[in-house]
Amino acid sequence: MAGERLVPVLAPLVPLFPDGGLRRGSTVVVTAVAGGATSLALAVGAAPSQAGAWCAALGWPALGMVAAVGLGVALERFALVPHPGEQWAAVTAALIDAVDVILVRPPPGVRLADARRLVARARERGVVLVVCPAPQGAGAWPGGSDLQLVVAEAGRWRGLEYGHGYLQARSVAVTSIGRGAASRQRRVSLWLPGADGALSEEQAHAGVATTSVAG
Amino acid sequence: MRVLPQRRSRGDGVGGVRTLVVWCPDWPVVAAGHPATAPVAVVAANRVVACSEAARRDGVAVGLRRREAQGRCPEVVVIEQDLGRDVRAFEPVVAAVEAFTPSVEVGRPGMVSFGTRGPSRYFGGDRSLATRVMTAVDAVLSPMGASPCRVGVADGPFTAEQAARATVSSGPTPLVVPAGHSAEFLAPFPIWVLERPDLADLLTRLGLHTLGALAALPGAGVLARFGPDGALAQRLARGWDERPLAARTPPVDLTVAAVIDPPAERVDMAMFVAKSLADDLHELLAARGLACTRVAIEAETEHGEHIIRLWRHDGALTSRAIAERVRWQLEGWLSTGATTAGVTLIRLLPDEVKPDQGRQLDFWGGSAAADDRAGRGFARIQGMLGPYGVVTAVVGGGRDPAVQVQLIPWGEPRPGAVAREAPPWPGHLPLPAPAVVYPERVAAELADGAGGPLSVTGRGVLGAPPARLTVGSAATVDVVAWAGPWPAEERWWDQESSRRRARFQVCGADGTAHMVVLESGRWWVEATYD
Repeated sequence: MAGERLVPVLAPLVPLFPDGGLRRGSTVVVTAVAGGATSLALAVGAAPSQAGAWCAALGWPALGMVAAVGLGVALERFALVPHPGEQWAAVTAALIDAVDVILVRPPPGVRLADARRLVARARERGVVLVVCPAPQGAGAWPGGSDLQLVVAEAGRWRGLEYGHGYLQARSVAVTSIGRGAASRQRRVSLWLPGADGALSEEQAHAGVATTSVAG
Repeated sequence: MRVLPQRRSRGDGVGGVRTLVVWCPDWPVVAAGHPATAPVAVVAANRVVACSEAARRDGVAVGLRRREAQGRCPEVVVIEQDLGRDVRAFEPVVAAVEAFTPSVEVGRPGMVSFGTRGPSRYFGGDRSLATRVMTAVDAVLSPMGASPCRVGVADGPFTAEQAARATVSSGPTPLVVPAGHSAEFLAPFPIWVLERPDLADLLTRLGLHTLGALAALPGAGVLARFGPDGALAQRLARGWDERPLAARTPPVDLTVAAVIDPPAERVDMAMFVAKSLADDLHELLAARGLACTRVAIEAETEHGEHIIRLWRHDGALTSRAIAERVRWQLEGWLSTGATTAGVTLIRLLPDEVKPDQGRQLDFWGGSAAADDRAGRGFARIQGMLGPYGVVTAVVGGGRDPAVQVQLIPWGEPRPGAVAREAPPWPGHLPLPAPAVVYPERVAAELADGAGGPLSVTGRGVLGAPPARLTVGSAATVDVVAWAGPWPAEERWWDQESSRRRARFQVCGADGTAHMVVLESGRWWVEATYD
């Protein structure tokens, strides 16, 4: 699969990507207005690992691997480098040589020069960087991106009531915007996670709402 | 009992090379950092593979299922087998033995042996040598809380191992079997010490209960009736060496070596070279239809230090297994300060080879090129960060998202496919699982409408409905939905390790959802449904 230009994504996410998949060598930044970024990042890594590509999560010790399995991540091709420590840039560079998709949680104080160098290296090697900065500003991503995925509004949880029930599913709206062909904002409503822990399209809004952004 | 006439030991004849064996009992337990007095069982594939003395007293034995072991000894601490950990922890012991002789052979972690011919003469006889070795090794073991090692000297490694195991555990002294008396020494041993369960079962039913009885049978008859394995077992029972049967000294040109320039100061730099060396060696051997059962790993440093270590493997060493041993070795040397300068040369000598019977390499499917590329990269990162720098996760059973996940260092075998239908864990939280599981839980405050702190009654009911949640240093949010508690009482029979927790799911007005836990009167967030 190294020769192919696209890395697959799960079917419900396809409308968010102008090419219908992750372009090799691109950098995707995943953020959330209020929660949901972690699940979205894991969902982005799920299809490549199922398809036989290697994924890695860098500097992200708090990932819930049970949730990852629910979203479809194949754990035998999903490596964790939880604590890269001082050698963050060197480890990231080594990972770029090793895997196809990297989920990165940047540590606080990543230098602009380091970030740019890594983006360039990933582009050269055809590796997808999925950058998910920690919420509340700690560890922002100074480098650029080809595509930004945003969990656009606070998720609505279903199943949990006031004093009874349990969390079953969450409906979220995800938007994507980027450069070139992606400069038109795309929007899709998803169950993230759905009732069985997996990602699914929200039936109520099955049609993909696409709105143009001025300019 | 009649003992067949046999040739006397001549140092390297069929009687076997005079060998000293150091055996550290229950090594997997010691390597995991548990004291010898704690009840501990090490399991692999749900079977006990090693246990501590305390666990053994309660009836835990090798081969039991995990559940059976826990049934016999409820307070037993069960840990997963980790060969890499065993080997790494064993390095100081090997180093201590190496002070006596350079050609030390590691059979498996916990067992190390060497030929005594030279060292014995230098240190004034087998007994004097054995006592010195034991003192040196115990000096390493006692800070680790391990029980003293056992030492045996005899003709051939098998007899020496039996001698080491035969020493008394309380205040052990080395057991030296006089040269040429292996057969007499082994004669009273029960047949199962051969570690061939099927053969031992058959022989016992035929009325052969001891090694002496097996040794007394005519050799040709044993070969005809029990095949090569039976003949090998008889050789061992007679105190002869097993090796002349299968292994032979390989021709010199199988050695592979590489010069590293500039010298490698870190393991990951040397591993690049070592990995390709291992591949070269493997190709050389494969071209001749040979498999390597013992390899010597040799390194030279800038300061002219020259160190060599032998590694043995029961089956054939694959190129990946060889590379792994080189890594363990270099890690040991470079981290313990056995070398004072960068490594300039690595040499691999296949010390013993045998015809390759054709082993299936353990390689699960998938794209081999991508797997190779990933493997190389991960090994390099492990060189920088240590074995736990790159891990993969395995999901098993458990009540909490955190304990359901086991992290396996890259390069070590992943436990077989775990059934997706998780076994019933009473009190586990319903799916979907939280996407964020904090390695260290975050302090939180859950308050009722009046702003007062909340607690749970003895009947497991929340005193008042929660109204506001504060997580760590984040802003306080209003609670819009909540449920619980899911109580979890663990190890209630043990005062020290018992835990009693009440777990809640709490959803804030901003759409965030957390798993909030009350333990000992304090609130924590253990996971977030991010």
